[in-house]
Parts: sequence; structure tokens; C-alpha cells
Amino acid sequence: MRREPPQSLGDYLPLLFPAAMLTIFFVVPFGTMIAVSFFQRQQGGFYTPAFVFDNYARFLSVFFGGVLGFSLMLAIIVAICCVVLALPFTYMLTRMARKVQVVWLVALLSILSLSEVIIGFAWSTLFSRTAGITNILVALGIMEQAKALTPSFGAVLTGMVYQAFPYTVLVLFPALVRLDPTLTEAARTLGASPLRAFFTVVVPALRNTITATLIMVFIFALGSYLLPQLLGRPQHWTLSVLITDQAIYQSNMPFAAAMAVFLVLVTLGLVALTVIAGRKGEAA
Amino acid sequence: MITTSIKRRTLLGAGLAGASMLAMPSILRAQDKSLKVGVYGGYFKDSFDKNIFPEFTKATGIAVESIAEPTGEAWLVQLEQAARAGQAPADVSMMSQVAMLKGQSTDLWTPLDTAKIKNASNLLDRFVNKYPDGRIAGIGAVSWYITLVTNTDVYKEAPTSWTAFWDPANADKLGLLALVSNSFLLEVTAKTFFGGTNALDTEEGLLKAFDKLAEVKPNVRLWYRDEAQFEQSLKSGEIPMGQYYHDVTGLAAADGHPVRSTFPKEGGIQDSGCWALSRASQKSEEAHIFIDYMCQPSIQATLSRKVGTSPTVKREVTDLTDKEFAAVSSDIEPIVPRYDLYQTKSDWLNQKWTELIVG
Repeated sequence: MRREPPQSLGDYLPLLFPAAMLTIFFVVPFGTMIAVSFFQRQQGGFYTPAFVFDNYARFLSVFFGGVLGFSLMLAIIVAICCVVLALPFTYMLTRMARKVQVVWLVALLSILSLSEVIIGFAWSTLFSRTAGITNILVALGIMEQAKALTPSFGAVLTGMVYQAFPYTVLVLFPALVRLDPTLTEAARTLGASPLRAFFTVVVPALRNTITATLIMVFIFALGSYLLPQLLGRPQHWTLSVLITDQAIYQSNMPFAAAMAVFLVLVTLGLVALTVIAGRKGEAA
Repeated sequence: MITTSIKRRTLLGAGLAGASMLAMPSILRAQDKSLKVGVYGGYFKDSFDKNIFPEFTKATGIAVESIAEPTGEAWLVQLEQAARAGQAPADVSMMSQVAMLKGQSTDLWTPLDTAKIKNASNLLDRFVNKYPDGRIAGIGAVSWYITLVTNTDVYKEAPTSWTAFWDPANADKLGLLALVSNSFLLEVTAKTFFGGTNALDTEEGLLKAFDKLAEVKPNVRLWYRDEAQFEQSLKSGEIPMGQYYHDVTGLAAADGHPVRSTFPKEGGIQDSGCWALSRASQKSEEAHIFIDYMCQPSIQATLSRKVGTSPTVKREVTDLTDKEFAAVSSDIEPIVPRYDLYQTKSDWLNQKWTELIVG
């Protein structure tokens, strides 16, 4: 294939459409949101255009700091759990026969077709006292009495990892398929055990992919607002839940917008830090 | 019933409103007089279209174009913005009490003339919404109850008081609504422990109610926004006690589920919607005829039987049997939410509430 930089205006044409879409559906709404976040809230009414920092000032409190901290921590834990589970799984999957791979991938894709609502309700039933998995443990004589596993942090985490797992596998899959098998063969020939070969050869070779996947799952998990409500207690509610409350139930758009802008900024900051740290690590 | 209506109300909204506006004009041309009526989209609108509006047209010759309105305050925003431009997307709308108050602040509602609404004399006083200077802003359209509900397998005896929420024996067993403005638990606390909702007049009183309410927290397993989630758990006994809609619980019990709805001795929570006329509307005459028609005892009784709402008129004037009345209401004096607080102190209340349940 020819690869040369675009020269005439015509070469740029294919770019126009995505650029226009990005402007209309991302840049404009995001700009509107930033503008609204500075508007003046009218309690008992709506909001008036203004330029005030009240909405940000209200957010800067120990309470919202705690909620933001929890949301970030939850998203990070979900990202780590997903990658830790998905990496060995995907690695083994790529070593399987084509037919088996197809079956697994179709099964994972079918999870993506489930909405967050269905996933939430399904897990809340599985974790319930009356119809949940603990009843099986009781039947097997492992547990004395059936008990409810939801609402709890574990339930929220399980639901979110379940939801993000297929994405993780699908992002890791192409990189692992392309991984040169001779690398591991060489390691094995030199006497490394399969486990040791995986950790000393496969994982370092995929460092960039793993970082990218962590970031993707992190951002994906940060937006979750239904599962924490369905499976957690109020202390497990993420910032997204509180943003929804303000926007939909309190019709406090300026405050909701300010929280959303803050969340985006913190997220971008964390991602930038990760990328910079990754580059430094490579240079060293 | 209310369950589905609220959920659908939220989901449908403007899209349906637009679609119905496009679809209806051809039918309207056949009639001389017409009126655009905004009703919560989904269950409410379907029921009104089926049971109420055709009869009204037959009786008065006024064609009704029903508009599906979204819940929350989105419809209020649309009405207000349209009124500024001299437009009325609906002449008469069904509005929540908080929305009524917010509309009052901009004089959105045309004052109603009770001389033209003879049946208004049937109304219970609390269903006449007035401007501070006494002009009438809205007339009660429908009302419904939130009561103390229990699973009958877990609780053999029905609880008699809201104090059951505070009973340490009910640890981790309650399902309560998650928002200060839809659970009305501050009012429940005030009525149960501090002699009435007047106790919430001062910030001091509100803080006392918050402190008392904090004692309920260990008993709460679920703070729900989504009605379906609690209803399912109540039926299965997973979460055997809580607050829920009286009519929906009655229907579930009638279907054989082990649930019951109890009016505590302090009263059930009665929430309601008003008919209000946009100031941009040119159809004042028709609107008064419509509101008068809706205040008839027989129409309120029909609403109770077909839609499951509680009558806004005095019980004596309706022909509801004891059983029919009990299915939608109670003679115990209700707890009427302090809607004014959700207008004047909404942000403060919301912040305190969120800190209470999340912190």
C-alpha cells in the first residue's frame, strides 16, 4: 500500500465527515456544557446565563471530594480486575483452535448486547437471599443459611467487571493474536516454564497494549451510574449517580455540568499522567 | 399503575408530544371547538384517552387533543419558554405541585374563575392551588398515596405506624425512595415524631427531622429510584418493608402476591397533580368547561375505578363503595408534602439529604 502524506485538498476530503461529526456531536455539546457550568442557578426556577464560579465552589467540599475519590478508585479497581482476568484468558484463547475461538468470541459479544439494566437486575437476583447463589451453597451443605450478597461493594465490583470484561478481551485479542509465537518458544527453549515465559516475555512485550486497555476500561467504568445504584448502598454511588440526580431530579443543570466538567478534567489528567509515565518508562 | 406511568412518563416525553401534535390536527378540523390537554405520557395519557376524553367530547362538543408531557420539570420549562413567545404547546396541563409553585413565580398560570367551575365546590380544600394573593392557579386533577407496605409472609401482622421504620428489629429490611423530593420522609418524620409538618417551618426543625431520620439509615437496605427494583424485592420478601404506591401494591396483592399496603395511623403520604392553564392559551372558555367537567364527582369516581387515582373531591359526593374507596384512598387524614420547601430550600435540602444517605 502507498503511504504518503495528503497533498491536495481532495486528499483531506475523507477526513471532513468524521471531523464534522466530532464537532457536532462532541465539541459543541461539550462546549455547551462548559458554558452552562458557569451559569447562575435560580433555586425554585431554572438558570440564567452568567459567569459565576458558585457551581464549582459547591463541588469543592470534603463530601464531593470523597465521592469523586470513590468513583476513581472503583474505576481503577475495575480496570485492574478486568485486565488481570482478561490477559491470561485472552492469551490462552489465542492458542486455541479457530473454531473454539469463534465460539468464545461470539459468547462474549453476546454479553455486549445486554443492557446495563439487565446485567444489574440479573446480578441482583443472583446475589439475593431468596433466589441467589447462596441457596446452592446451602443445598450443597457448604453454608448454613442463605444470605444476601447485595447491596455491597463486592456486588458492584462483580457487576462492573462482568460488564467491562468483554471489551477488555476484544481490545487485547488482536494484539495477542499478532504476538510472535517464536518469542515464547525461545523462552521455553531457554528453559523458562510456561508461567515464567508468560510473565517475563508476553506481559512486557504487551506493555503498551495493557496500558491502553487499562485506560479504556477505566474510562468505561467511570461513566457507570446504574450498576452502583442497583447493586450498591448509597456510599457506593459514583459521581455519575449524583450528576444524574442534579440534572434530572433537581433540574440544577449548572451544578450537574460543573461536576461533569470536573470529572472529565480529572479523568484526562489521570490518563495524561499514565501516558507520560509510560513514555518515561520506555525511555529508561 | 403509578409505577409504570412514572417510568414511562420519564421515557416518553417530548418525542411522543411531537408525534401526537403531528398526528392530531387532521382529526381536529372536524370539530369547531378544541382544547389541547397535557397529561403525563404513558399510562396516564393512555387511560385518559380511553376513559375520559371521548366522553368529555361527547358531553361538551369540545375536541380534546391530548399531549404527552414528560415528568419532572421539563414540561414546565417548555411551557414557560413557549409562553414567552406567546405560544401554548398545551392549553391545560397536569402539573406537579412543585411545578405549580415554580410556574406561579413567573405568573405562568392564568388565574381560574371558580364562578365558571361550579363543581369546584366539591373539591377538598387542599386541591385548590392558589397564588399568594389568593388568585386560583390550579385545580386538583388527580391524587395518589404512598403508604407503608409490607410482605405478608415476613410480617404476619400489619404494622400500624410509620415508627416501624425506626424499629431496630427491622434492621436492613427497608426499601425507601432515594430522593428528598419524592420520598417525603421529612414530612413523615415530622408528623410521626414532631406533631406535624409545621415542625419543618424552621431550619432548626428541619435539622431535627434530619437527625431523627438518620436513625432509620441502618434499617434501610435499598434507596430506590427505580420502582420496579423495589416492587420485585417486596414481592419476593427480599426487602420485606418500605414505602410504595398504594394503588400498585393493591393490584399486586390482587394478583396473589404476598404484599399489603397499610395506611399508618399518622396517615399515608398524599401526592397530587393540578390542572393549570397557560397564560399564552386563547382557550380560557373551553379550559374552564374542561376543568369543571373533571371536578364532577362521577368523573373522579371513574378515575378511581379506571386509573386508580384517589378522588380530589369529598368522599361523600362520590358513589364509590367502601371497597372501591379503600382501593385508592383512606379516611385517615393524609400527610400532605411541604411542596413549598422544595421550591424555596431545594438545594439546601438536597445537599443535606444526599450527605445523610451517602455519608
